[in-house]
Amino acid sequence: MKNFLFTPRAAVYAGIFIVLLLLPKMINAYHLSLVETGLSLAIMALGLNLLLRYTGVLSFGIGAYFAAGAYAVGMLNMYWPEYYTFETAILASILVSAAVSALFGFVCVRHTRIFFSILTLALSMLLFAVLEKAYHITGGSDGIRIPIPTFFGHEFEGMRRFQFLTGPYYYILLGIFSASTLIMLAIVNSPFGKALQATRDNELRAEMIGVRVRRFRWYAFVIAGTFSGLSGGVWCFVSGHITPEICNWVFSGEVVYMVLLGGFMIFEGPIVGAMLFTYLRLYAVAATEYWMLIIGATLVILVLLLPGGVTGGLYDLIERFKPKGRAKAGAEVKHA
Amino acid sequence: MLEVKDVIKSFGKFMVIRGVSFDINQNEVVAMLGPNGAGKTTMVNLISGHLFPDEGQVLLAGKDISTSPPYQRIKAGIARNFQLTQLFEELSVLDNVRNCLFSVQGKLGRFFKPAAAYKEATEQALEILEVFNLAQFKDELGEGLSEGDKKILDTAMAFALKPDFLLLDEPTSGVATAEKFKVMDTIINAIQARGTATMIIEHDMDIVSDYAQRVMVLAEGEILADGVPVEVMESEAVQETLFGVKSDDAVRC
Amino acid sequence: MGLIYALNGLYFAAFLFLTSLGLSIILGVMGILNLAHGSLYAVGGFIAAFVIGLSAGSAAPLMILAAGGCAMLATAAVGFAMETTLLKPMYRRPLEYQLLMTFGILMLLEDGIKLIFGGESRYASAPFDAMGSVQIMGSTYPLYFLFVMLVAVAAGLFIWWLMVKTRLGIMLRAIEMDRDMAQAMGIPMRALTIVAFVLGASFAGLAGALVVPTTPAVLGMGMDVLIMAFIVVVIGGLGSLKGAFLGSLIVGLTRSFTVAYFAELEMPLLFLIAVIILIIKPEGLFGQK
Repeated sequence: MKNFLFTPRAAVYAGIFIVLLLLPKMINAYHLSLVETGLSLAIMALGLNLLLRYTGVLSFGIGAYFAAGAYAVGMLNMYWPEYYTFETAILASILVSAAVSALFGFVCVRHTRIFFSILTLALSMLLFAVLEKAYHITGGSDGIRIPIPTFFGHEFEGMRRFQFLTGPYYYILLGIFSASTLIMLAIVNSPFGKALQATRDNELRAEMIGVRVRRFRWYAFVIAGTFSGLSGGVWCFVSGHITPEICNWVFSGEVVYMVLLGGFMIFEGPIVGAMLFTYLRLYAVAATEYWMLIIGATLVILVLLLPGGVTGGLYDLIERFKPKGRAKAGAEVKHA
Repeated sequence: MLEVKDVIKSFGKFMVIRGVSFDINQNEVVAMLGPNGAGKTTMVNLISGHLFPDEGQVLLAGKDISTSPPYQRIKAGIARNFQLTQLFEELSVLDNVRNCLFSVQGKLGRFFKPAAAYKEATEQALEILEVFNLAQFKDELGEGLSEGDKKILDTAMAFALKPDFLLLDEPTSGVATAEKFKVMDTIINAIQARGTATMIIEHDMDIVSDYAQRVMVLAEGEILADGVPVEVMESEAVQETLFGVKSDDAVRC
Repeated sequence: MGLIYALNGLYFAAFLFLTSLGLSIILGVMGILNLAHGSLYAVGGFIAAFVIGLSAGSAAPLMILAAGGCAMLATAAVGFAMETTLLKPMYRRPLEYQLLMTFGILMLLEDGIKLIFGGESRYASAPFDAMGSVQIMGSTYPLYFLFVMLVAVAAGLFIWWLMVKTRLGIMLRAIEMDRDMAQAMGIPMRALTIVAFVLGASFAGLAGALVVPTTPAVLGMGMDVLIMAFIVVVIGGLGSLKGAFLGSLIVGLTRSFTVAYFAELEMPLLFLIAVIILIIKPEGLFGQK
């Protein structure tokens, strides 16, 4: 960690963090709430990329754990309103999503490749069906309203939602987002992260140097699920209302799109992707009722022409102007 | 050190290993020979834990490990390389070896401090790369190495697990002829410094006669001969199995 | 009553079989999981509803033939366009790109349908009404349902014949078993991949066409079917005809009986069955390891 503080990457992080801190003074409330959506989703995108980039399995059902986190908050308020505070809500979202992902993951990690993707997708639809059908418990397709919570005893009574969101909540969210990013960065560079990458590159060899492949994949699954749950937990306050749609596989597909849009080969790619996607989707929906046509078309073009995503494309561009790095840029394109 | 007792293994109806027994002592380098399809790789897989025997036992230092999963066998002191190289292609050469050291030190599950900050593992990994002449490639990705260097890295990884019993499945196949003996010297020196018992599968007779103290011949799933290289190689049955010739015209080889 | 539930289950299984058959062929031969398969089903549904609307008043068999034929032709054309332009560059790409590409196509198709046919539901019950019903052991049962089962069985037999008895099928299976080997043997990969995809797509279209006489064509109609087809494929094993058949029967019958007795448990129970099968037999009932 000590070395990390003096790298160019750390300097860029610090710069971006300062900009984010000052953001409420620079942009209006509407855009700030969009940034909040992006920051929340970025936590999930980081989780998904732990599976995709570092473990080598593609989950098409990450929304299930996002929903588990969000519903943990919503149901806490419905059934135990006396305990409904921001801290307990976040704790609940972490615990519930960890439990759900531990359970689902147990089944999924026995497989890789397409079978893994189908299974994660199918299991998220199981949760979707439960959330939608168990109307009297979960509110069914009407969903649940998420009121403004107290924060460590501090009440925001009388505050309008957008005042809360653009005021104190922005800084809380920024704090949680920054912490999540640093934790994920630590995880992927740790011995555990390297062992995961070993299972991705060569399952047989990983097993034969003593990695318990399935168990490690399961841990990664639970970490990814918990990040998604936390993401759902902080996002539901921004949206103010949750429905089972966040558990639908189409939403999970959009998260995969986010990660590839940003570029999954680079650690920060998913964060960029979550931000861009939030804006892209919003503009598409505002522009036309055929917004899926726009999203679909951009997706197809991205896959065909820019497989490294935005950050991958930028990286290649920078490398192209550095004569020495030419070989490396080629390598990057090859993986992507 | 390692003891194999009456091991039987079938795939479907086909019995590949038909009751094999042998033991290998500390510091011993034993070569296992045999024609293709004799069951050599199956034997390696049975000892390394990739397969489990149908009957019989595999014991390491007196402890039955027949049904232990690979990670327990590695902890107990067994390591193997692969005939067809198996690397972590998208990790650096250093990470390939350092992962093995984390495994030995029981640190694979540590998930906060960066891998590079583990001084002891990093230094030991660099030492091993030095020994195997790979130090200059430490930051290259596994996939960037030449075929010969990949093979050497594969063996270095098995060695990095600090085994008491090392399985070497054709460690010099794919290595340039001029390099073969250098590589074997490196391996054998490193092994003997640690007192490791070794079973080596090799087709190259020169390597076998130079480095192995004992030779076992496996044919159709059974041990045909077991003894000092010179004696075993002179046996008529062995000559016929290995080279398909009777001893009369063995001169030609 | 049990008999009626069983028949309903078989009827539902027939749809699932037609849909998962296409999904399974594409998965087996091309190694691509087509997330847009449900949307092809929807395209078939809308085309069929449109054709039935045009041919209102003609005899039932004629309507069904016209609707089914047009739906299959249309989805085959869409499938051909998809394969040759968007999927072709994906075969050498990793899984995530293949899945995202079909996901993008799904979005294009869903909104494409909306653009062409509008957002309203389309009713086309004429063939169903015209066929009337029969008496089975004292209960009245729509003849149309039995007809659909017959079509599914015929389709299954056709695919079996194609795969086992014809040169085309043998080459397709060779690709399924070992792509590189098939290529080395000089099998025309490109042409056969297109054939497999167009075949799979047209089966989705047929299933969509057969459903509209009983339930109207609506936007997003393919989504639920797609998930069900996934469960069928997971239970039966990837790329297995037998698996698709048995999986469809299990899902269809389970669904029919749970809907009758405890409607809310329908989906959870199906998933539970799938999970139990996977824990006992991870590759599915007839999947290869």
